Amino acid sequence: MCGIAGLFAKTPEFEAELGHHFAAMLVEMTDRGPDSAGFAIYRDARPFGQIKITLLAPPGFSWPDFEHRLRARFAGILGLELHDTHAVIVATDWAPDLIGWVRECCPELHILSSGGAIEIYKQTGLPAKLVEHFRVTDMHGSHALGHTRMATESAVTVAHSHPFSTGEDLCLVHNGSLSNHNRLRADLARRGVHFSTDNDSEVAAGYLTWRLASGDSLEQALERAIADLDGFYTFAVGTREGFAVLRDPIACKPAVIAESDTWVAMASEYRALAHLPGAAEARTWEPAPGRIYSWKH
Amino acid sequence: MTHRFDLAEQGVRELNRALHAANGTARADAWHIVNPRGLHNVAVGLDCALDVTVEGHVGYYCAGMNQRARVTVLGNAGPGCAENMMSGLVRVKGSASQYAGATAHGGLLVIEGDASARCGISMKGVDIVVRGSIGHMSAFMAQSGRLVVCGDAGEALGDSIYEARLYVRGAVASLGADCIEKPMKDKHREELAQLLADAGIDDVDPDDFRRYGSARQLYNFKVDNADAY
Repeated sequence: MCGIAGLFAKTPEFEAELGHHFAAMLVEMTDRGPDSAGFAIYRDARPFGQIKITLLAPPGFSWPDFEHRLRARFAGILGLELHDTHAVIVATDWAPDLIGWVRECCPELHILSSGGAIEIYKQTGLPAKLVEHFRVTDMHGSHALGHTRMATESAVTVAHSHPFSTGEDLCLVHNGSLSNHNRLRADLARRGVHFSTDNDSEVAAGYLTWRLASGDSLEQALERAIADLDGFYTFAVGTREGFAVLRDPIACKPAVIAESDTWVAMASEYRALAHLPGAAEARTWEPAPGRIYSWKH
Repeated sequence: MTHRFDLAEQGVRELNRALHAANGTARADAWHIVNPRGLHNVAVGLDCALDVTVEGHVGYYCAGMNQRARVTVLGNAGPGCAENMMSGLVRVKGSASQYAGATAHGGLLVIEGDASARCGISMKGVDIVVRGSIGHMSAFMAQSGRLVVCGDAGEALGDSIYEARLYVRGAVASLGADCIEKPMKDKHREELAQLLADAGIDDVDPDDFRRYGSARQLYNFKVDNADAY
């Protein structure tokens, strides 16, 4: 069992309160996933030509040393914002160069996300701890997508927790379990998809990365996922403009969507939505099996 | 006597403890439960003729194991609503999530909106009336009782069904293994009219329904197999 929460602001006023409401949603999903938690937030979108990369370091990692080496190697580093174990690089350099250099020179770092707006934060432990640690209640943003994990298929480490990056400004959270992930991982690895863990959800993320890199739209990639991924899933996929939701055709894993004049929200259970302003009057429904729902700004 | 219980002030355990205090008695108090906020296990395990109204959406297993009580949800219900109900009446004014009425032995479950997948799975005597439509794999291994659907039914209706009777007014996406359409006889129309009346539905014509049930080819409790034991 795991919990998913996604929140999408429809007005600038709501963007300013996004973190406050989203944090409450994530904490409400604690019972479904108390061992790790993580989220992607889309905020402070950079202009064309700039990239944000979120990195996760092991304890004791020297960020000053890293920054020194980074700036010595790249001319376009605009900033390195530190959030304890996480750092967000803002740069005008070409993203694949930066990512390739980080992978080669600092293999102990995890590259959590890259894109113009996305930042990903995750850690083991209770969702409330994550919310406090990264001051999620103070965050503003256009949308956010989070996950509370109760591990079933693989180890409880920060690298195994969600969201998983699936490309620039894209990420995936998953509630469920995949049964054909070993074979699929080997197939995707042969096609050049990079995997950090033995986690089944990372394979789903890798699958979407491959399809999107092959030219599929997000909708096309998800349509194909229904045919190629075997198992149980409710997926929520974050994009720069919004997010998409898909449940497998058997639809054992729950999901609820609600929409008001100022927000769209999805979660594993209604109780994560109940605290949102106007939730009682919002249009609320259960997404149909095998159907893709998406929202964009 | 009427009681009011605010789930924003006290928890579900306190609520159910208060309701259970009447179990096994002849009490028929009315209870108004406010601020359910999608909480799980609201009003489970009741065993007396209470009249419980929940003002809002509820989470998993609302009114599970109900006996004799009347539970009305003024909102949507999460998975497993009225699961294993024995008797009484559970009415959901909104829609219900998956496996509503699962394994229920008796009583009446009325869903005024839609019910999603696996509605009435393994039902064992309950009557379920859905004003809207139901999702896939509904009435899977349904053993007895009646399921009435005024809208449509999703894929694999009645898969591996035993002796439950299914009445559907709209389209059936597909029938499951060993589930077939059967003729509507007068006794079925009478039974259906009574179920609709019990559910408070008076604008739907029993003649518009089709009946589905077991072809009795799949399950192995056949007289032909008696010698095998």
